[in-house]
Amino acid sequence: MMQEFELIPNLFRQEFSKMVAVISKLYGLQHIEIAEDIVSETFLQAAETWKQKGTPLNPIAWLYTVAKQKTLYHFRRNKILTEKVIPELQSNLKATNEVNEVNFSTENIKDSQLQMMFAVCNPAIASEAQIGLALRILCGFGIDEIADAFLSNKETINKRLFRAKEKLREEKIKMEMPDEKQINKRLDNVLHIIYLLFSEGYYSKTQNQILRKDLCLEAMRLGIMLSENQRTNQPKTNALIALMCFHSSRFNARQTSENDFVLYEKQNDKLWDKDLINKGLQFLNLSAKGDEITSYHLEARIASLHCTKEHTDEKWEEILQLYNQLLLINYSPSIALNRTFALYKACGNEIALTEAKKLKLENNHLYFLLLGELYKNADSKKAKEHFKTAFSLAKTATEKQGIQEKINSLA
Amino acid sequence: MKEFALLFRQPSYDYSKTSKEEMQALQKKWQNWTASIAAQGKFVSNGVRLVADGKVLKAGGVITDGPFVEIREMLGSFIIVKADSLEDATTLAHGCPALDAGGSVEIRPIFG
Repeated sequence: MMQEFELIPNLFRQEFSKMVAVISKLYGLQHIEIAEDIVSETFLQAAETWKQKGTPLNPIAWLYTVAKQKTLYHFRRNKILTEKVIPELQSNLKATNEVNEVNFSTENIKDSQLQMMFAVCNPAIASEAQIGLALRILCGFGIDEIADAFLSNKETINKRLFRAKEKLREEKIKMEMPDEKQINKRLDNVLHIIYLLFSEGYYSKTQNQILRKDLCLEAMRLGIMLSENQRTNQPKTNALIALMCFHSSRFNARQTSENDFVLYEKQNDKLWDKDLINKGLQFLNLSAKGDEITSYHLEARIASLHCTKEHTDEKWEEILQLYNQLLLINYSPSIALNRTFALYKACGNEIALTEAKKLKLENNHLYFLLLGELYKNADSKKAKEHFKTAFSLAKTATEKQGIQEKINSLA
Repeated sequence: MKEFALLFRQPSYDYSKTSKEEMQALQKKWQNWTASIAAQGKFVSNGVRLVADGKVLKAGGVITDGPFVEIREMLGSFIIVKADSLEDATTLAHGCPALDAGGSVEIRPIFG
């Protein structure tokens, strides 16, 4: 019974995005809401029918058949078919010579999903809405899950998704692969959204651990999907996947306060997932081609060094150089802080302190945590002052607790 | 914040007698120094690096193999930074490896 109970939600997560992609591909992205409705209705019918008659032998085939019928019924019955779809379809059909039927073949599912990825990650849509839309359309997340991930409410998320879909229509975004000239730039957008999705899970505001892990896994799945297509399987794609593998390998070992270079050292490396680390190394090797070094390459390399946790001078020297390069590509306070921490590990606290003072990130509790750490062995009074400032700036109880422990350990 | 160009000049760019290790150390020094500016969020972009040999065209159509014998320091490369003032930008120039090589950093505001 338990299995039955979990079957439909699992299938929903797995199949929703595929079915929506295929139906939207056939009838046009402007009808994406209808595609969503059809798929949702299909699952509703599955829940009712399977409860009465038992689960069919091949549940996925059942879902595809019912969705197919519903799609045809809907568009046949609806005026949209005669007024809007057919004129467009005819021009589409002439161009692609496609049969007017819902095609759930593995190949068509993959193609449609990939095209949907490029459509959703179109730079014309604002990025916050984009992540929501990606979660919904590409990953099959429920509205309440998305609201949970953003620490928001259902109405806000619904509005955001509505606006994003409006934008799809306004900008006349089509489901198609970008041409050769554009693919590199457009792929950057797709990779960036996947990176944001992953970060949303990895550094999420929500306390819901399962949801956070799901977000990370979905981001990885999308990345791997890109690596399976010849045109999108580029070195930077592999670098991003490697990065996600390395980070995910530490998911179970992470303590409360993530994105925190100081507490990182307290992690229990026995909990690291060795399989994921090896997978990360494989993708990192694949990424070492071509002449483009992206931030994903640099971040993946840093993460790989963190996964081999021997604290040698050479290791920190290399991490420092990587952060140096990363800063030149894109600045963020977090990279600046991490770079200064690496400088401390590679060159000692005197040099690092001089550099740290220049950062002036006065509103950032991690900045004062770093200053405290740098003063710890030289001037414990100053260290304490900085830790106390960090404590007052920290926003969550778990972070405050970690900082309090540092203050206590100073004696 | 305003943008400034930091122009690096050195008396010599002859590294033919420099060992591989020394070159690497020098490269690290430059990287650390630029990253220090970037860590403050004040790095805008890398300029081009100029090859040491070139030609000079002077009035009257005289072409020579470079100005380098005539002035003590020659332009090697530049970066663009952003800073609140010329003084602030000058502070950023401290620690530049060109100074260690007996060279100088010229700080020039950019129009805009």
